[in-house]
Amino acid sequence: MKKYVIIGNSAAGIGAVEGIRRIDAKGEITVITNEPYHTYSRPLISYLLLGKVTEEKMKYRADSFYDEHGCKLVHETAALIDSAAKQVILSKGSRIPYDKLLAATGSLAVIPPFEGLGTVKDKTTFMSLDDAKKLDKMLGADKHVLIVGAGLIGLKCAEGIIKKAARITVLDIASGILPNILDDGGAKLVLRYLKSKGIVFALNAKIKRFDGNNAVLESEDKINFDILVLASGVRPNTALLDKIADIKRGILINERSETSAPDIYAAGDCAEALDVSSGKSRVMALLPNAYMQGECAGINMAGGDKIFDKAIPMNAVGFFGLHIVTAGSYDGEVYEEGTDGTDGDKTGEVRYKRLFYKDNALNGYILIGDVEKAGIYTSLIRERTPLDTIDFPLICEKPGLMAFTQNERSAKLGGINT
Amino acid sequence: MCEYYCAFAGTNGKDMARALKDCDIKPRINIEEADGISFAVSCRHCREPLCVKGCITGALGMDGTVITIDKDRCVGCYTCITLCPYGAISASGDGAVQKCELCVSTSEGIPACVRGCPNGAIVYEERA
Ligand SMILES: Cc1cc2nc3c(=O)[nH]c(=O)nc-3n(C[C@H](O)[C@H](O)[C@H](O)COP(=O)(O)OP(=O)(O)OC[C@H]3O[C@@H](n4cnc5c(N)ncnc54)[C@H](O)[C@@H]3O)c2cc1C
Repeated sequence: MKKYVIIGNSAAGIGAVEGIRRIDAKGEITVITNEPYHTYSRPLISYLLLGKVTEEKMKYRADSFYDEHGCKLVHETAALIDSAAKQVILSKGSRIPYDKLLAATGSLAVIPPFEGLGTVKDKTTFMSLDDAKKLDKMLGADKHVLIVGAGLIGLKCAEGIIKKAARITVLDIASGILPNILDDGGAKLVLRYLKSKGIVFALNAKIKRFDGNNAVLESEDKINFDILVLASGVRPNTALLDKIADIKRGILINERSETSAPDIYAAGDCAEALDVSSGKSRVMALLPNAYMQGECAGINMAGGDKIFDKAIPMNAVGFFGLHIVTAGSYDGEVYEEGTDGTDGDKTGEVRYKRLFYKDNALNGYILIGDVEKAGIYTSLIRERTPLDTIDFPLICEKPGLMAFTQNERSAKLGGINT
Repeated sequence: MCEYYCAFAGTNGKDMARALKDCDIKPRINIEEADGISFAVSCRHCREPLCVKGCITGALGMDGTVITIDKDRCVGCYTCITLCPYGAISASGDGAVQKCELCVSTSEGIPACVRGCPNGAIVYEERA
């Protein structure tokens, strides 16, 4: 019987369990996690604070999952990998042997070495259920929360706690928000929207040092706060494979989710793979990619043959009811509709659309407001569909299957006369 | 018609005209039309469903070969809308997304759109 060991009990790890079981019903699966929970959906931690989900509803899979998939969950930290002996060494010293190993260890928060950070009493990152619970305890109707980092995690945190704090300031060294997700115009529009919901922004602001409850800026301005949330970035958690497999920013994997080390796979936020929209190797720290890379790893670990070579960066995120959907890379000529955010209508419908195309292929898009049928655009990017085989002007205006030839459409929709 | 039958199947009502009166209907099947061509698109219940794999909460799942949505666990992040290559998942108006579930819980065995299509153009059959 084959022995599978998976480090990480989140999207990539669960994808691998499901992948393994598609091929091998019997092999022994051990999932190692250093979080004291059943598998849960990490993006839901802000929804928990918002009161939109309960801890019970955050479960990523049913209570019966581990039983049904015949896997053992070990709540301990994997301290070391002995790749010569093919064993994982746990923090308390026990060893778990593997035939096939998956690193699904996710991301870690990057905390800049701010001077005086130690003098701040109430502070947290916003990466886990424990972080969310810790933050929840600190919050109160009279508290001023300073969130450092205007990326996805910082802003989701802001949305989650808006009703639980007196004031929220989001600070960033950059001049715009969501730099990894939006272009300038989109960022301006969303910024305006978030301000209208009561969030205060301190942009272009560089922190010089912390002094108790004060953030002292480079400009010598001070921001007084009660609670500090550190959300200025994440990095792949690669330490376990240091000196064992090739690592750039993330653990390098191929389209079979294999690392450079024999019998060791990696998937999810800890890994770096080819982004087909840009042709570059990238860490795509997003849940759908984590699951799909994990599933691909699992199938291959179990002796199947699976290729996942359609990874692209992708975001679907909402703030206070405003939906933002983006995918791919923003490279090439631009098709645009909607305002650039400088004359946005605060009460009416927000609508912003940018499509980026080059060399007869769609590379990326940004949709804010109306995101209907966005997946048709995503599929054009993922499949590298030659744009001269479809009615591109039509699809720019409105994503639909109408833009494909009748044969293509019949193939997609299962018509008889192909 | 199918769009109306679909919207009606979601209401559990008895009389279609009354149930949908003055409603902005939100059907899970959608007609695309232009220049004399029209066709209906609803969930293809893919064998390798990107929506299920990508779902950040686990709300989308498989019940046998049918792709289902547990509205209670959907937070309306629209990741599935971003992933579906057919444009077959849509916002439902109540925060969650909606999609065709082949009327497994609402209609008697045969999806309402199939029963209601006056031209027999929508068929319900297994494809290899
Ligand atoms: C607030 C927030 C909002 C987000 N929103 C979205 C969103 O809307 N859409 C989206 O696509 N993505 C979102 N993400 C990103 C998404 O959560 C990640 O891409 C996804 O969780 C990655 O899954 P993973 O399995 O690779 O890693 P992770 O979810 O990071 O899980 C890795 C697990 O491995 C464990 N682990 C690590 N090292 C060890 C060890 N040595 N021993 C034992 N266990 C270990 C960790 O504790 C963790 O439990 C969000 C993230 C955050 C924090």
